[in-house]
Amino acid sequence: MKLLRIQLACELRVLARNGEQLLLILGIPLLLLSFFSNVDILPTSGQSSVNFLLPGIVALAIMSTAMVSLGIATGFERSYQVLKRLGATPLGVPRLVLAKALSVLVVELVQVTLLISLAQVFGADLGGLNIAKLALAIALGTLAFSGVGLSLAGRLRGEINLAAQNALYLLLLLIGGIVFPLQEFPSWLHWVGRIAPSGALADVMRDVFSRTSVHGASSLVVLLCWAVAAQLSAFKLFRWN
Amino acid sequence: MSSALHATESVGLSVSHLVIKYGDITAVDHVSFTAQPGRVTVILGPNGAGKTSTIEACEGFLAPTSGSVQVLGLNPFLQRKQLNRKMGVMLQEGGIYPSARVAELVRQYCALYGNGVDADVLISRVGLQSVASTTYRRLSGGEKQRLSLALALAARPHIIFLDEPTSGIDVNGRDLVRHIIRELRDSGCCVLVATHELDEAERIADDVLIFHRGNIVASGTLDELRSGREEIRFRSTSRIDLHSLSTTLGLPVEQTRLHEFTVAGTSDARVIVQLTDWAKANNVELGDIGAGSQRLDDVFRRLTAESAS
Repeated sequence: MKLLRIQLACELRVLARNGEQLLLILGIPLLLLSFFSNVDILPTSGQSSVNFLLPGIVALAIMSTAMVSLGIATGFERSYQVLKRLGATPLGVPRLVLAKALSVLVVELVQVTLLISLAQVFGADLGGLNIAKLALAIALGTLAFSGVGLSLAGRLRGEINLAAQNALYLLLLLIGGIVFPLQEFPSWLHWVGRIAPSGALADVMRDVFSRTSVHGASSLVVLLCWAVAAQLSAFKLFRWN
Repeated sequence: MSSALHATESVGLSVSHLVIKYGDITAVDHVSFTAQPGRVTVILGPNGAGKTSTIEACEGFLAPTSGSVQVLGLNPFLQRKQLNRKMGVMLQEGGIYPSARVAELVRQYCALYGNGVDADVLISRVGLQSVASTTYRRLSGGEKQRLSLALALAARPHIIFLDEPTSGIDVNGRDLVRHIIRELRDSGCCVLVATHELDEAERIADDVLIFHRGNIVASGTLDELRSGREEIRFRSTSRIDLHSLSTTLGLPVEQTRLHEFTVAGTSDARVIVQLTDWAKANNVELGDIGAGSQRLDDVFRRLTAESAS
């Protein structure tokens, strides 16, 4: 427990010093929510902008932290041989992985709290929010995106991994129905979005925040499949040094 | 620590018929050696000789293709958790978060090892007090090396692997590193140092292993490696007819570096007299004449050349 606490503190300290990562995981989601909640230019299918945006932006925040931030940081740690050096301490792989997972969850807790608080300021209706479903969605989303991020980080060189993670982030942001409703997309892209991990998580989040289930269990099943497949992929592809 | 470990630590490191292959390339080819506690074993070799692969197998980073490695009586792969508590590792470079500060890193590693090493004392020991709050990326090359050494010392190691520990360090820093290596040896730690720097090896080694093309081409104490290899060394800026001098002395003469020559196979004073007489007769200026055992770099050059041929 002590070793886990030491490494968790280290992970959070390193993250807190990384301005680019903070911009990605906190700045961009908060900025998108603030801007599009107050500038009414999105087709939101009759909903208020903030009510439409909040679930997608929470999904975006989870994608930013679990995939891009974790993936980039781990990729560079691998390139800098930080993981190799830690491998020669009594820390051990399970504690290192757990410390990284907990640091992601701590950040996500902060993100979700800030985003919900900000949405409330902009007048979001949070009457339908189901905390248990939110926790499940965060857990599955984190498993899915961390699996994708670590799969890339485990094989690509630091700089290439950085570019790949950012490119994938942008692609998943655009096709996932996070800022623009999937219904507005051409039908083939609509279905691509539905089965993309970002689209599935955004749909699950919409159910979490709404009074009635819109997407049913299908999005949850897609997200669960992504979580399992991505973790298996990370397990198979990841190399510590 | 268990009594079993005490019993097996009489040999710090035992490597037996170690083979490491990368695809079709054999990096280490049936290498066997031991390293004892309380001694400094230096591993020498040119790039690609198999030093790093061997050390990484001993540290548990690399799985051997065949053969066995025992570190403090433990298998570095199967018993890594037990071994890591008492093994110090200094990587050749990197291994540290660029944004981490010196003091917090040393504290983190002291806490991870949990062997009662005081972080502040350790920072002073490696001479990094003045940069304790500096981030790794802002340290000089020598400071980075000393920090890496400090992280290895945080283990209060029974065995320590130091990869190029004096690389990029200034004269005072080198003295400090040598002093720490001697302290470790005197405390009974088994010290393994991999280096390209032959002068450095000559200063710190009790035992030497010379690797070449995946094999150990020589091993033993410094004296053993040099024994039977007497030579006379001299400097000269004049143009020297090596054939004429060799014929006069009846011994092989060769140029080892710019303006540096050796007469191989003897340190006899009579040959030195013959040499100075020949120099006078041929108007050749001589300087820094010395006699004794071959230097380690000459031993190294000879052995690796013999192995290549």
